[in-house]
Formats: sequence, C-alpha cells, structure tokens
Amino acid sequence: MSRLTVNKTYKLYIGGKFPRTESGRYYELKGKKGNLLANVSHGSRKDFRNAVVAARKSFRGWWEANAYLRGQILYRIAEILEGRAEQFEDELRAQGSTPAAARKEVLKAIDLFVHYAGWSDKFQALFSSVNPVASPHFNFSVPEPTGVVAAVAPERSGLLGLSSVIAPIIVGGNSGVVLASQSRPLCSVTLAEVINSSDLPGGVVNILTGMRDELLPHLSSHMDVNALLLCSDDPAEQKLVQGEAVENVKRVRLHPDAPLDESPYHILDFQEIKTTWHPVGV
Amino acid sequence: MSTPPIFPDLRILSTIDQVGVEERAQRFQARSIKKESKLSALKLAITMLDVTTLEGKDSPGKVRQMCAKAMRPLPEDPSIGPASAVCVYPRLVRVAKEAVGESGVKVASVATAFPSGQSRMKERLSEIRYAVGAGADEIDMVISRGKLLHGEFRGIFDEVVRCKEACGEAHLKVILETGELQTYDTVRVASEIAMAAGADFIKTSTGKVQPAATLPVTLVMLEAIQDFHDRTGRMVGMKPAGGIGNAKLALQYLVMVKETLGKAWLTKEKFRFGASSLTNDLLMQIRKQQTGRYQSADYFSKD
Repeated sequence: MSRLTVNKTYKLYIGGKFPRTESGRYYELKGKKGNLLANVSHGSRKDFRNAVVAARKSFRGWWEANAYLRGQILYRIAEILEGRAEQFEDELRAQGSTPAAARKEVLKAIDLFVHYAGWSDKFQALFSSVNPVASPHFNFSVPEPTGVVAAVAPERSGLLGLSSVIAPIIVGGNSGVVLASQSRPLCSVTLAEVINSSDLPGGVVNILTGMRDELLPHLSSHMDVNALLLCSDDPAEQKLVQGEAVENVKRVRLHPDAPLDESPYHILDFQEIKTTWHPVGV
Repeated sequence: MSTPPIFPDLRILSTIDQVGVEERAQRFQARSIKKESKLSALKLAITMLDVTTLEGKDSPGKVRQMCAKAMRPLPEDPSIGPASAVCVYPRLVRVAKEAVGESGVKVASVATAFPSGQSRMKERLSEIRYAVGAGADEIDMVISRGKLLHGEFRGIFDEVVRCKEACGEAHLKVILETGELQTYDTVRVASEIAMAAGADFIKTSTGKVQPAATLPVTLVMLEAIQDFHDRTGRMVGMKPAGGIGNAKLALQYLVMVKETLGKAWLTKEKFRFGASSLTNDLLMQIRKQQTGRYQSADYFSKD
C-alpha cells in the first residue's frame, strides 16, 4: 500500500526547544539534481538574540556542573550519534558526499565527541600552573570558561565541522550559539536532536540555520557574546568580525573553513586564565 | 476633599466578561512598536518608574544606590529619566528622602502592615503617619483582602478613607493585591470602593504574591478608572506592579493605557510601573535603539 511520506521539518534549536524562526522565513535546500531536500529555517537576528539570552541563562549552571558530568554528557552525545549514524550518512549523501566519505565523516564526528569527553576533567590540570612568586604566597593560575561563545561553523563540512566547533566550546564550560553551514544545514538539526536527548541542559548549545552574511554582523556586534569563533577563508568576513568585536573586546578566534582537528588547545581558546594568590600557612 | 467620600453604588456594576477581557488583553501583545516610537515609549516608561526595593535585607546603602539610579538611570545620557519615585519600607523613607533631595524624584513608602495588611487599624494608621512624618510623598497601602472576600465592602471603604485622612498631603495608592482576589468581578468592586474612598492611584499588587500584575487584570482596573472618571470627573491613576520584568511588556502596558484611557493618562502623574528589574531592561533596550547593538547586563549597574 502506498503511503504519504512524512518529511522532516528543519527547525532551529534554541534553549532546549525546537522553534521555527520568529521571522517565518525559510530557504530551499536543493540536492544535486535540483530536487528539493528540505525547507530550512532562515533564522533572523531576533532568533540569534533569543539564543544568546538562552545561552546566558544556562551558562552558570553548566560551568558549575562538575567536569566529570560534562564529560559524561559529551560521551552520551557520541553514544546517541553512533545509534543514529545512518541518518547522518543519508543526510550527508543527500548534500553531495560520497557514501564512503559520509561514513568516514560520521565516524570521525563520533570519535571527536569521545575525544573531548575525555578532556573534560583533564585539560584544567594540563593548563593550570603553580607560579613561583617572591613572597610567602601560593600562586595558582587556572583556566575558567569565557562565557557565551558565538561560533560560525565551517561552510564546507556539514556534520564534522559543526561537531568540531561545538565540542571544545562546551566541554570547557561555556555555552554557545552556533550558526550551521548555510549550504549543508541538514545535519545541524539532527545533531540538535542528538544533543537534546543527551542530558545537556537546554540553552548550553543553540543551533541556528540561516544566511551567513545576514547574521555575521549581529554575531560579532552583540555585547553579551564574550567570544567568537569564525571558520572562514574570506578576509572580508574576518575583518568584519574583528572590527565589530572591538566594542566589547570579544575574544575572536579565526580558523580556516574546515573542521577543527582534535586538540585540547581548542578548549583553551575559550578559557580565561584566572590567577589566585593564597598566603602560605605555617 | 471638601465633601466626605460616599460609599459607591455597587449595583451599577455589571459582570466582567472574563473571556472578553483576556482576549482584548491578548491583542495588546501582538502589537509591534518600532524605531522612534519605540525609543520615545521606552524613555517615557523610564519616567513612569517607581523604582522599588522591598526586601528584608534592604539597607541604607542599597537605598541610596537605588536613589542615585532613579535620579540618573543612564549615567552617560542625562536625557534619560529621572524615574518618578523610589518605593521603600517606612524605616528607609528618611534615607531615601535625603538621597533624592530636590531632584524631583518622589519618595513612596509602603505602609499599613504591608504586604498582608493583617494588623490592627491603629498600628496601620500610625505606620502611615510615621512614613509621612519621615518625608514620604506617596503612601502605598494594602487593603484587607480577607475582609473584602468576606463581603465586608463597607469595612474596606472605611479603611481606605481613614488611611487617606492619615496621609494628609501625601498621595495615596491603594494596593488591591489582585492575585488574591480570585475573580475580575472582585477586582472591579475593590477598584470602585478604593476610588470612591479617595485613592489617588489604584495599584494591582504588592509584588509578594503570584500572580502579580497581568495585562487582563490591569485592563479591568483601567476600565474601572474610565467609568469612575465618566461619573465623577476625577482622574484616578493606575499602577501595575510586580511581574513586569521586560521592556516589551512595559510597552504593551503603555499601549493599553493609551487605548483604554487616552493620552491624558500617559503621564507619570497618572500612570506608574512598580518594578525592580524593569529599569535595566528598559535601559538596555534604549541603548540597543541608539547603537544598534544588542546589550549585555554586564554593562549596567545591578541596583
């Protein structure tokens, strides 16, 4: 018997919910043969504003969650990704990847979450120090999360690029608002579903889809965004972001338009070093 | 008042259409105010603020800080504000009065065994006299909701009349505590009684009971004010308080006032917001309008 297919609605992910864009706009995503893959939410600056509010609200709770728990939650993201690998492969293939490349990308994304899950309770020890000082004090320097981080995921990679941006931001205790690839947005919504069922508190990760050139100025000018990660090869975009970020001295990190490799230094990118003096006892 | 207040004829009141009121209030939430209109509404809202602190932990220092902010809400822009008044507990009236000085910012004090009103009339009146003596320009009294719900309307009337007498020159705002009044009809009755007894303002809530101010309940009170004005020619003010935490909601209230009572009520003499956290959101929205940048709470003083 024939049946009507049930097509997925690709929405945004803000504050642990999946709203449509408040603007009501969408754009059509076409496959290789010009077939319609999906109507993708064309997020607006107000969606971004709402996402920042959600991220700010969840930041402190996530920061104060213990490192072990953060690692467990990241590991759980990997677990659920593994179970839904096929769906991601299908989406990657629909957006132009070969079956082998799609398979490889999904596996790498899973491994990436496991990699960062492991770092959750170790990077702090690695990047901390006890400093020699010329007075009777202990002097420690320890990393603390920067706050709300906005990120522009690589354009040329649908799943791995997005994952490689999200994982190091959140494992360090930040909350994030991530703009997904405009031309490869399908995996972003599915990844949001994975994240949503992983016990990550709502608002820690917010994922938007939409037009990069439209949203980029707002990402970089928002006063309540503490840091910004831009994956781009375009000097004009880099200049725009750096210029706008000046107003509230946002920390800006630039990366090429490709997935970030697995490295604890990407965690350190969104950590601030806090130094504490403590008198030496008897 | 030259003639003594007369108990209102409550038989003229018809039943409030609950669904109608809520639908009407809902409409105000669908308005969109942009650009210059938004900016001027935000600036107007700042001047209508009763900046409030009513906590057990209030200290002279906190009150002075709050007064400074009420007088000049946005340090870098003197064209913003000042707020209408600061609202404090009686013991802090003197501190507040000293802090606001001749700036034009009024000092309001809650009294009459705020927030419950559960005390003897003698003590409640003496609290008003104490606050007025300490320099309060405005008194926010609470009514005995238990009595009201019990049907002792005349008792409530007498209570307000005596408080009004005790106020002397000070303005009297009557808090109905609508969150405890159960129905819009009771809110309407309470509004009528308070206005007839001489209230200068009627106010929704203490802020200590949920729900506090809502759009529908404010609409019921605004309509009561309208009818009272039609009958007597006296303009009573309105003060929604509690639960108005963001600028968007504040603007919806302003639209509602304008469309229910008209422009004459869109002044700080006739309309106030009782709020503690609204100030910063208004300021952040003003800065957003001026700069085009979304703002962060990090750059605005907390009290």
